[in-house]
Amino acid sequence: MKHRLGFALRKLLRMAVLLLGVSLAAFLLMTASPLDPLQTSVGQVAMGSMSAEQIARLEAYWGAGTPPLERYLGWLGDVLHGDLGTSLYFRQPVAQVIGQRLASSLWLMLAAWVLSGVLGLTLGILAGANRGRWPDKLVKGYCFVISSTPAFWLALLLMMIFSVWLGLLPTGLAVPIGVTADEVSLLDRVRHAILPALTLSLTGVANIALHTREKMADIMESDYVLFARARGESKGAILLRHGLRNVALPAITLQFGSISEIFGGSVLVEQVFSYPGLGQAAVTAGLGGDLPLLLGITVISAALVYGGNVAADLLYGAVDPRIRRGAAKR
Amino acid sequence: MNRKINRRKVTMALLLICVGLLAAVAVSGVLLAGQAAQTDFSLKNQTPSLTHLFGTDWMGRDMLSRTLTGLSMSIRIGLATAAVSAGISLLLGSAAALSRRADGVVTYCIDLVMGVPHILLLILVSLACGKGLTGVVAGVTLTHWTSLARVLRGEILQLRSAPYLQVAVKLGQSKWAILRRHLLPHLLPQFLTGLVLQFPHAILHESSLTFLGFGLSPEQPAIGNILSEGMSYLTTGKWWLALFPGLALVVTVALFAALGEGVRRLLDPATAHE
Repeated sequence: MKHRLGFALRKLLRMAVLLLGVSLAAFLLMTASPLDPLQTSVGQVAMGSMSAEQIARLEAYWGAGTPPLERYLGWLGDVLHGDLGTSLYFRQPVAQVIGQRLASSLWLMLAAWVLSGVLGLTLGILAGANRGRWPDKLVKGYCFVISSTPAFWLALLLMMIFSVWLGLLPTGLAVPIGVTADEVSLLDRVRHAILPALTLSLTGVANIALHTREKMADIMESDYVLFARARGESKGAILLRHGLRNVALPAITLQFGSISEIFGGSVLVEQVFSYPGLGQAAVTAGLGGDLPLLLGITVISAALVYGGNVAADLLYGAVDPRIRRGAAKR
Repeated sequence: MNRKINRRKVTMALLLICVGLLAAVAVSGVLLAGQAAQTDFSLKNQTPSLTHLFGTDWMGRDMLSRTLTGLSMSIRIGLATAAVSAGISLLLGSAAALSRRADGVVTYCIDLVMGVPHILLLILVSLACGKGLTGVVAGVTLTHWTSLARVLRGEILQLRSAPYLQVAVKLGQSKWAILRRHLLPHLLPQFLTGLVLQFPHAILHESSLTFLGFGLSPEQPAIGNILSEGMSYLTTGKWWLALFPGLALVVTVALFAALGEGVRRLLDPATAHE
């Protein structure tokens, strides 16, 4: 138990160091950008109508002349006090914007994460257990097509079918238009989230299913499965007792590793459905030169991804007794 | 089963077909560039017909030639970026084999790049380069090397304990000679497979980045721009603007993926003669 605790602490420490690296790298990338932050935030027209003196005052106000390292350290110091800065585009504290956006994005991503995980695992096991037969071919074909399909086009396609042609579901946004916030029912929210969540789940399945299939096919050819078969165990029992438990470890890695992919997909999908989530905020921030918000979103998303990795590392121990005892060094 | 045609030959034939089709798209896109920009306001917003297989847009431009031009652009960008990116993977992957410290640095870099969601990192790099063509190329190049680098690093670490390498070390061969004569030939198949399998990703991410507005400028007939325009006309019932170009993109990416799969099958000794 003690070494598990030390293991967890080491992982968390590494996560902190990586987050520091991510924030510094993102900051440097933004500093390197030739796009004038003043111009993108004020607007070219407004900038043209201002006198040189006004521009100089504005630059002094935003601290445009401060050297990058000083700016980064200032940002870092504020972050450690819980202040992520102020969004230039939304004119609100970054932490507040991210909080609001994450709240609407989170259950979209969560639904897609769970759905794609369960579906991917089921399809993968199904294909791996029936290697070479039609369920395998079907799953493989689906995965091949879907991994060649850009998420945003799939979103467009679903929107075309379900919103424009069939008129069943709304084309975008998270709530109906022209309705006050307290009149929006849960059903409305769910209806608006179905298509984005479906797109994310459909694209997320491919990777998990393919890897699970491969692992499952290996297991089905292993000696212990052969022995189980010789003992007369039914196929269902073999799958449950020998297959599922052995497939669980790589499945956990894949499932927690897919957070990054789901987040990336949500950027595209939210853009298509105009869903006011974190991904859309990232695009808005990028296009509008809202660097504090973009930096904040980058750090938060990286924290989610690394958090997922650490969670997966810790779960290994819970799933696999060999790792728990520290006997098997990976 | 016909014994004379084995799977290796079938795979070879499929590979050639893939390469041929992709080359045809790439070349036709360049040839049709002029036609793609041609506007004809008497023919605007036409549904697909025999003269305009993909229909026309709001400026009366032929969608088929626009799509081909865009795809051609994507293919060329994809080839260039994937090649450079694979080069980076090879460089960093072999650097990791040099010393424990170098390995630590490389692993840290890989974790760093993998920690930020792909699209977000693409946006950041593209912004750093001022968007446009440079932004896309730099973005895709700098974000796609990680998985291949990780594979190569793992392979090298495993190889390092192989008897023939230890013998080479004991014989006093220099690190460079070992890398060149013993490691690289061993890594070549994996490198080539990784390289080809990077094409579809590169193309998908190029189009995604352009679609979001961080890539090629809106005047250019890039596939991301075409789909982004198609999106704004979708709700008014102009379905063909988004359907066919997207489908063409999917087919192109699938061809590249099939190409990669074929190369893997041919180079991997375990499956080459299945």
